[in-house]
Amino acid sequence: MAHHSHEPEVIVAPPNKEKIMHLWKVAGILLVITIFEFIVAFTMHHGSMKTFIFVVMTIVKATYIVGEFMHLRHEVKVLIWAILFPVIFISWMIGALVFEGMKMSDINFLR
Amino acid sequence: MSQSTAATIPGRTEWDGGVSPMGVSYGKLMMWFFLLSDAFTFSGLLVSYGLIRSQHQAFTGDHAKFVFSHEYWPVPERVFEAVPFFHGVELPLVFVGIMTFVLIMSSVTMVLAVEAGHRMDRKAVEKWMLWTILGGVTFLSCQAWEWTHFIIGTDAGTTIKEFVNGSWTTRVIHGANMHENQYGPQAFADFFFFITGFHGFHVFSGVMLNFLIYYRTVTGMYDRRGSYEMVEKVGLYWHFVDLVWVFVFTFYYLV
Repeated sequence: MAHHSHEPEVIVAPPNKEKIMHLWKVAGILLVITIFEFIVAFTMHHGSMKTFIFVVMTIVKATYIVGEFMHLRHEVKVLIWAILFPVIFISWMIGALVFEGMKMSDINFLR
Repeated sequence: MSQSTAATIPGRTEWDGGVSPMGVSYGKLMMWFFLLSDAFTFSGLLVSYGLIRSQHQAFTGDHAKFVFSHEYWPVPERVFEAVPFFHGVELPLVFVGIMTFVLIMSSVTMVLAVEAGHRMDRKAVEKWMLWTILGGVTFLSCQAWEWTHFIIGTDAGTTIKEFVNGSWTTRVIHGANMHENQYGPQAFADFFFFITGFHGFHVFSGVMLNFLIYYRTVTGMYDRRGSYEMVEKVGLYWHFVDLVWVFVFTFYYLV
């Protein structure tokens, strides 16, 4: 394609080495947590402790993805809360209905 | 980018207009709120999954002696243990681990594309967008294989008892669909199709959007516009898709 004179002059800045290193570090943390999850999946006895570890690991991973990759950690406080506040209710509802399901299971399968 | 919230006129608060109290552009803010509403949709699936699953009996015995049965919820690592080209070899969670790795890596390349966009570096945006698209297509292909395997089932199948024409008979079923499931209770297959299917649809839409961004970068649209903010907005969506997978991975495959 021929060069058009109306193409804008674009000034390309050099790569932000520090920022890129930080992003790869976050990626490394995510991978290490996932590997740790695999180790737990195959070595630990099945039980509520195992589930608890998985839930905590998942929340840690979610925090890194939303905070660093989606840049939410560096946004204005009111935006952070606008996103986080509804999520608190979601987590409550998941917890409440899992608990509810366990009670229903107790009634259905009296032990 | 971020407008200063300090420059308000006396007597007017920052919510009276003229400034961005949330410090992001309209488009990015709306993408955040769309993603929040999308999170509600996914958590609707997750909440009902949590309820139905905890209603079912759990398998309490030794995992090594686990067999498929409609009596209890299956142990996921014994359901998802197939890997392409390793037919008949038990490799629990290996394939889903590869899928997780692919999606996390494509999230990294996406954030690198966003970083390149901040610098107006068209060549670097093109490079990282292509890697991201490749990651998304790889993930979708993996999912297609996994669905196929899930639907076709294992060689041995599961023997079920059923009441046909007034007498009890047995029948061997293979794989799972919307009305039969060799792996366990019917709800297990239904939730698998709905949750991973809905997520896969999001990945598909994400790949389409990524391709659009790539195309517009190559044709120089964002250079003419003077801003690569669209890369950032679609990047938010792509990270959200990755985020949902983190939850699906934990609650469907690990727990």
